[in-house]
Amino acid sequence: MKPLKKNTLWGYLFVSPWIIGFLVFGLYPMIMSLYYSLCQYDVLRIPQFIGLRNYRELLFEDHYFYASVWNTLFYTCIRTPLVILGSLLLAMLVSKAARGVRLFRTIFFIPSIISGVILSVLWMWLLNPEYGLINTSLQFFGLQGPLWLIDPRWSKPAIILMSVWSLGGGRMLVFLAAIQSVPDHFYEAVEMDGGNWWDRFRHVTLPFISPVLFLWFILEIIGSLQVFVEAYVMTKGGPLNSTLFYNLYLYNKAFDDFDMGYASALAWLLFLLAGIITFIQFRVSKKWVYYSGGTGK
Amino acid sequence: MTTKKRTEYLVFLLMAIIALFFLLPFLWVLLTSIKPEAEVFSNSFLPGSFQLDNYYKLFQKMPFLQYLQNSVLITLLSVIGVVLSSSLVGYAFGCIDWPGRDHLFYLVIATMMLPMQVTMIPVFVIFKELGWLNTFKPLTVPMFLGGGAFNIFLMRQFFMTVPKSLLDAARIDGCSEPGIWWKIVLPLAKPALATVAILTFMFTWNDFLTPLIYLSDKAKGTLALGLGQLAGQQQPEWAVLMAASVLMMLPVILLFFLFQKYFIQGFTMSGIKE
Repeated sequence: MKPLKKNTLWGYLFVSPWIIGFLVFGLYPMIMSLYYSLCQYDVLRIPQFIGLRNYRELLFEDHYFYASVWNTLFYTCIRTPLVILGSLLLAMLVSKAARGVRLFRTIFFIPSIISGVILSVLWMWLLNPEYGLINTSLQFFGLQGPLWLIDPRWSKPAIILMSVWSLGGGRMLVFLAAIQSVPDHFYEAVEMDGGNWWDRFRHVTLPFISPVLFLWFILEIIGSLQVFVEAYVMTKGGPLNSTLFYNLYLYNKAFDDFDMGYASALAWLLFLLAGIITFIQFRVSKKWVYYSGGTGK
Repeated sequence: MTTKKRTEYLVFLLMAIIALFFLLPFLWVLLTSIKPEAEVFSNSFLPGSFQLDNYYKLFQKMPFLQYLQNSVLITLLSVIGVVLSSSLVGYAFGCIDWPGRDHLFYLVIATMMLPMQVTMIPVFVIFKELGWLNTFKPLTVPMFLGGGAFNIFLMRQFFMTVPKSLLDAARIDGCSEPGIWWKIVLPLAKPALATVAILTFMFTWNDFLTPLIYLSDKAKGTLALGLGQLAGQQQPEWAVLMAASVLMMLPVILLFFLFQKYFIQGFTMSGIKE
């Protein structure tokens, strides 16, 4: 056999697990999901084609849908800048060589290894209004803490606070790596011009790390839109639907009500929403993201 | 004191306060888990006495050992499946030249954009038709089929750093492609394998949604699922819950201190935590 043909054979053979997985768990489900979204389907009976009725009902009659969209957008819009800004500040704080700085990096990172259910359960207890660590600490300073997860006004901020605690350290390391890759002579140039720390940040650090910031802005937004376990474990969507996030609503529709058609329509609208947000991000990014070695790629 | 020194002290103080914010919750949870019931509902920070009653109670409240066994089995199978298959596929993309390779690789990358919600329901229907509900197969079999786009990407990036001359020399010596993959590339790729293994371990150990969908039979539950259900009760017993959390965190923290480097590598490269 000629080497090229042999290579092709081996190439496809090695890739074949992924191809099978993609066809069975990617492509086929995607097509079926689109089809189900146009059907009434409860898993027990054959799907009944009903055209766009699921979408019409979602968009024009379902106020839970809008509640979940609002909750999710609120969560995303507050959490994303807080996590990015917080972890960027942390990264700047630990970027200089100082006493104990390596230990602090490790300490800041440790919460990042906790996620999902454990994180949620820990924070349910930390946020306990009467005996939790947070309100006890606030009391120590003479402050009366809110009811957190029990109060519809504070339930979303509570979950956001938790995610800042759990994500900050991990993102810090990402930004730290980016900051440390900035060549020193750029800073020296600013100092020669008499610039202060803000000039250094504004004119050197920020342009250099903007591609990394941009990437994580997108990942952070996509991640926030996926919020599910926290709400499922901590609040079940309450109080007063204040933490009924999009994916929780989708899960309830699919696996509590077995309204698979409706849930599939929800999934496709989320896909669309995430796509639109990412597209806007890319358009806006041209204004502030700097790629070295190119004229605004 | 000079200004420079003063700034140094201020920065140190600031870092220490932030460290407290990150670490105190862990200490608090550990202390709660060893507090007698009466002390849990008081605002004292340190426990009056040390006791392990909450841990005993936990074993009565849920089939902890059964769940542990299930979690370990599922996690182990997932890690093996993902490491094996993502390194196989990564080898095809990183070490073999064949027509169509790059187009297919872009397709792999594109699948990262696809949210799992879109495929979740039809995949559930497939497993239901196969009669796999309440078995571990829906949680483990897919792991052997590619191991996820991100892991493939990670493997491929690493494999591309293996010198081509080394591979060609092995080929000339008559070594087959599977032989090269197994005997030359995999031993060189230990850091990549470790990173992928740790990410997979973390994901599977903590995964809540998949067991929630597929494992409704109580005897089939995982630790994550059991913990979630225990927390969902009307009057949660906090001390018992904290004992459960401590036990579930233990392997993760242990692994972190053993393999810090790979943890950090994995986390900085992926947004997997969601």
